[in-house]
Amino acid sequence: MNDMRLIERAVDMDDIKISARDVQVYYGDNHAIKDVNVDIQDKTVTAFIGPSGCGKSTFLRCLNRMNDTIDICRVEGDIHLDGEDINDKRVDPVQLRAKVGMVFQKPNPFPKSIYDNAAYGPKIHGMAKNKAELDEIVERALRRGAIWDEVKDRLDAPGTGLSGGQQQRLCIARAVATEPEVLLMDEPCSALDPIATAQVEELIDELRQNYSVVIVTHSMQQAARVSQKTAFFHLGNLVEYDETGKIFTNPEDERTESYITGRIG
Amino acid sequence: MPTLWIALFALVLSVVGYALGRRRAMVSADGDIRNLHSRPNYYGVNAALTGLVPAFLVLALWTLGQPLFLQNSVSGMISDAQIEETGSLGLVMSDVRRVADGLDQAVAEGAMDAETAGNVRIDLTDVRARLGEVGVALGSAVSQETLRAAQAYRAQSSFGDLLKTIVVLGIALAGISYAVMRTNATFRARNVVESGVRWLLIAAASIAILTTVGIFLSLIFNTVEFFRLYPAGDFFFGTTWQPSFTGRGGSSQLGVLPLLWGTFYISLIALAVAVPIGLFSAIYLSEYASPRVRSVAKPLLEVLAGIPTIVYGLFALLTVGPLLLRVFGDDTVGWMQGGTAVMTAGLVMGIMLIPFVSSLSDDIINAVPQAMRDGSLGLGATHSETVRQVILPAALPGIVGAILLAASRAIGETMIVVLGAGAAARLSLNPFDAMTTVTAKIVSQLTGDSDFSSPEALVAFALGMTLFVITLGLNVLALYIVRKYREQYE
Ligand SMILES: Nc1ncnc2c1ncn2[C@@H]1O[C@H](COP(=O)(O)OP(=O)(O)OP(=O)(O)O)[C@@H](O)[C@H]1O
Ligand SMILES: [Mg+2]
Repeated sequence: MNDMRLIERAVDMDDIKISARDVQVYYGDNHAIKDVNVDIQDKTVTAFIGPSGCGKSTFLRCLNRMNDTIDICRVEGDIHLDGEDINDKRVDPVQLRAKVGMVFQKPNPFPKSIYDNAAYGPKIHGMAKNKAELDEIVERALRRGAIWDEVKDRLDAPGTGLSGGQQQRLCIARAVATEPEVLLMDEPCSALDPIATAQVEELIDELRQNYSVVIVTHSMQQAARVSQKTAFFHLGNLVEYDETGKIFTNPEDERTESYITGRIG
Repeated sequence: MPTLWIALFALVLSVVGYALGRRRAMVSADGDIRNLHSRPNYYGVNAALTGLVPAFLVLALWTLGQPLFLQNSVSGMISDAQIEETGSLGLVMSDVRRVADGLDQAVAEGAMDAETAGNVRIDLTDVRARLGEVGVALGSAVSQETLRAAQAYRAQSSFGDLLKTIVVLGIALAGISYAVMRTNATFRARNVVESGVRWLLIAAASIAILTTVGIFLSLIFNTVEFFRLYPAGDFFFGTTWQPSFTGRGGSSQLGVLPLLWGTFYISLIALAVAVPIGLFSAIYLSEYASPRVRSVAKPLLEVLAGIPTIVYGLFALLTVGPLLLRVFGDDTVGWMQGGTAVMTAGLVMGIMLIPFVSSLSDDIINAVPQAMRDGSLGLGATHSETVRQVILPAALPGIVGAILLAASRAIGETMIVVLGAGAAARLSLNPFDAMTTVTAKIVSQLTGDSDFSSPEALVAFALGMTLFVITLGLNVLALYIVRKYREQYE
């Protein structure tokens, strides 16, 4: 881990954006998340790492109540966004998801044109007063998703006709277009080449100026490069959560150490 | 031997062949399966199929071909005078066949012994009366010529049957022995069976296609015949449908437009009822209903599809018609003169079509990947926005297909029209008028004893052809739409 470019780790602010307490998730009888407590800070990039199947995606989906859509899934515990319980009956999950956007693990562009994909959120939330403004929002989103140059000549082509990596960036663009306060990214770079990955990481760093970003990744280097805080999950437990520098240089739990040095996973 | 027995016998032979092929393979491999190229079953199946398939093929062709062949050879015995007298060769030949069948039956019942049947003569026996005793009624006295032809027919056909039995079973035996002889440990039975299976599948597919072609051909000859007797222009562009009945004189007016209009109007109303209701219930069932509601409601809705159309027709005639008449009849607005009307048939037909639209659309909506819903919900869209903007567009080609299928059903529907819409061919815009459709008129033109030579009867084929072309066009359109949009997803 010596060759990693460890960027400045100082967390700008100590505001807590999301706090989760004693979160349990069950899929039927399968206890997928056990007693997870975590505080996600504002204007910070938080990385979730851990072996496959340990529950990273599941926990991420709790943060914007996407697990509501899975019939057999049951979530217990308190999750507060800006001090407000998101599982409260008065909270509208639709509004919550507009605030907490998500990029899914598998790219899922809509069977619409590239333009309509990027414009989907802004249109629903009435973010543009007219067509020109919408064009601007779409262009900005696609630029931030590092895909503008590749698609600017074929905005009317179907989004499903793009390559896997392009689709992934289109989904990132689609998510940032709605300007969420928190962006949850589930392995956003899994199908991207090093250049596109670098561009997405740049975007994450840029987003950090105003928002908080939670990123799930299987790349230790990526976690070390982009995040200020890292959480290590193992078998549904949150094993360790700390400053990224600390996790990668001096982890407290030996499971964390084994994982980041490649002995388990 | 009757055809069925031959087939059964060939089947038994092939079972024996299976056992033999399998045994021989095992023996040649010294009893160890691992020495075989294929698993032992394949050697058995290979032997069975090599015998059975050609035998069945020959059996089928022979059974179809023999009557045609006999017809040809026997018809030479009929003199022109006889044909003149009866009307046509076809009629004489049908007499010949009936007499031959009658003789067969008389022999079978013991009313005549086989020898007498072979050489009875008209001047010595009253054949008609003798046959009448065993229940074969003949319209007129049997002429000597017909009787002789019938006897020849019988003789040749029994010889043909015998030959058929020998040839078919011979082929089965030869095939099985050939396959069993070829069997040894290195023979690639698996590959041979594989290609055999492929040909079987191809044969099944071609039968389906050939049948379609056959239906088309059977329509086209009579249609061409019709257009020889009646000008095509008057048929396609005539606005009056007024067939005269033979004997009453006067010329018929056979314009198809009123019928097409009736078909179109009724289908339109039916679709206007079925599409929104069917689509909305599909959306409810697939997107909003809990699994429990869904498991009850879906079968209930599909019960509608199981009701025979005649029952719908009665519903139209006895319930919907009178109800509409009370609302729109002379007592109130006076738009409606009688219970049978386009509206009556259209409404009831719409109810009939609901399950077609809903059941298919429901399946199609369910097939839209969950990731699409997640993507939309994850951007902060509501449930109905997701349905409207993502799920329905994604499911659109399938839904269009379902609607066109329902349209084909509506166009082809007959019973509801006969009972609900009346029989008057009319060009009118008022949906409360009685009208009729192409299918209903096909039925009425062909019932009653029309000979198939007057334009009044032949028009049924032209109408059938028109319907066929229209539904074919609809299906092609459906395919085109589905293909065009399918490219957009994976
Ligand atoms: N929709 C679901 N239904 C039932 N069980 C699920 C579902 N989704 C996830 N699980 C279970 O929950 C556990 C955690 O899965 P999750 O997808 O959160 O893992 P992950 O850490 O994201 O893994 P990966 O790195 O491979 O994406 C697994 O045991 C999985 O089988
Ligand atoms: Mg995952």
